[in-house]
Amino acid sequence: MSSLREVDYSTIVDTVARLCKEANYFLGDDVYNALKDGLNKEESPAGKDILNQLLANADIARNEQIPICQDTGFAVVFLEHGSDVRVKGDINQAITEGVAKGYTEGYLRKSILSDPVKGKNTNDNTPPIIHTRIVPGDKIKITVAPKGGGSENMSTVKMLTPAAGIEGVKKFVVDWVVQASSNPCPPIVVGIGIGGNFEYVAYLAKKALLRNIGERNPDPFYADVERELLEKINKTGVGPMGLGGRITCLDVFIEVFPRHIASFPVAVNINCHASRHKSAII
Amino acid sequence: MADQIRLKTPLSEEDVLKLKIGDSVLITGKIYTARDAAHKRLFELAEKGEPLPLDLKGQIIYYAGPAPAKPGYVIGPAGPTTSGRCDPYTPKLLEIGLKGMIGKGIRSKEVREAMQRYKAVYFAATGGAAALIAKNIKSVKIVAYEDLGAEAIRELEVEDFPVIVANDAYGGDLYEEGMKKYRKD
Repeated sequence: MSSLREVDYSTIVDTVARLCKEANYFLGDDVYNALKDGLNKEESPAGKDILNQLLANADIARNEQIPICQDTGFAVVFLEHGSDVRVKGDINQAITEGVAKGYTEGYLRKSILSDPVKGKNTNDNTPPIIHTRIVPGDKIKITVAPKGGGSENMSTVKMLTPAAGIEGVKKFVVDWVVQASSNPCPPIVVGIGIGGNFEYVAYLAKKALLRNIGERNPDPFYADVERELLEKINKTGVGPMGLGGRITCLDVFIEVFPRHIASFPVAVNINCHASRHKSAII
Repeated sequence: MADQIRLKTPLSEEDVLKLKIGDSVLITGKIYTARDAAHKRLFELAEKGEPLPLDLKGQIIYYAGPAPAKPGYVIGPAGPTTSGRCDPYTPKLLEIGLKGMIGKGIRSKEVREAMQRYKAVYFAATGGAAALIAKNIKSVKIVAYEDLGAEAIRELEVEDFPVIVANDAYGGDLYEEGMKKYRKD
């Protein structure tokens, strides 16, 4: 039996704590540049004001190390765990401790209720939501993607009929973005899952949001659909903060999976303009 | 940038009536944070005709739940939250004298109608510009429902707080008009 690489429990705790803070303080360069680019294309004066505010806001957050947005989100953690590495202790517990540490030390808002109906605030933003995949190798990749309520509420899953085809998907997505309007804080990033089944398609849409702006689906067919949807959404007129304008969306990401012959699931998960996610490889 | 209108709180009916959708406004004075959890309590008191922990006449409610303040800061980042969650409670608060609301996102038909009936205005602040907005907040004090944590009612002293009129007292809706103006078919 080959020996496993070992990682200290505290390394996981500290890494997760750091990623929680960094994701909330530092707007990604890709997003910053996309907002700047949007400023050149925006025709609405109010829209330009808003994009300027978002850039100034990102500068303040970065320089002062304070959150970009007061809603510092549900801590969603994507874990890619190599099969040749083990953490000395319970990795899920280590991630949970890391979230508590990051949100407390980092002056991040605690937004999690212990029970959906009867709950009280847990006061340390735990528990996180952890998606684990076992992968080959001896590394652990951790991505923290804090997700705000305003944009998450504008999510949907629909079991389309296979006859709807890709045109049905496009219409469903554009109509959905228009009715979501200002609520998810446009300019938005749109994550789309196509295929799989009911629960997996939602996961795909969420996973799509981990990409950086401009990063296309490797399949040229879906890369084209991403480009087309971006253009269509930016013609709707929703604009920054939904007050009218050109720049409604910064990018569209599609993730796909094989499907059952009878089903054609589609999911839309929207990110606000901050599109927060930070990763580390241990 | 369009010409900016300066407003001081509390608002009079005259202040409200001069505002039209799309106006860029800078607000100075006291405003009050409340999210849906605080609204539910205010609503229940108002329904029973009982006194509220603060007098809403002429006041502005800001839909916001700030992040904790770092040492040396007056307040943590404090951008607007989705206004729609307060819609079920809002007509009642307008009836008892609330004149303004600051938030993000579209309002229900019931709220828009109540704004016309009771002469009130809804301002949009930039969602996610929370670190920038916090710079316009000069002092903060919890005035009610401390048990709600981030959702407690806070009195904020603001200076030149930047907002845009999204719904006016005449039934105007910038979300609808703005989208129509920039839609390309």
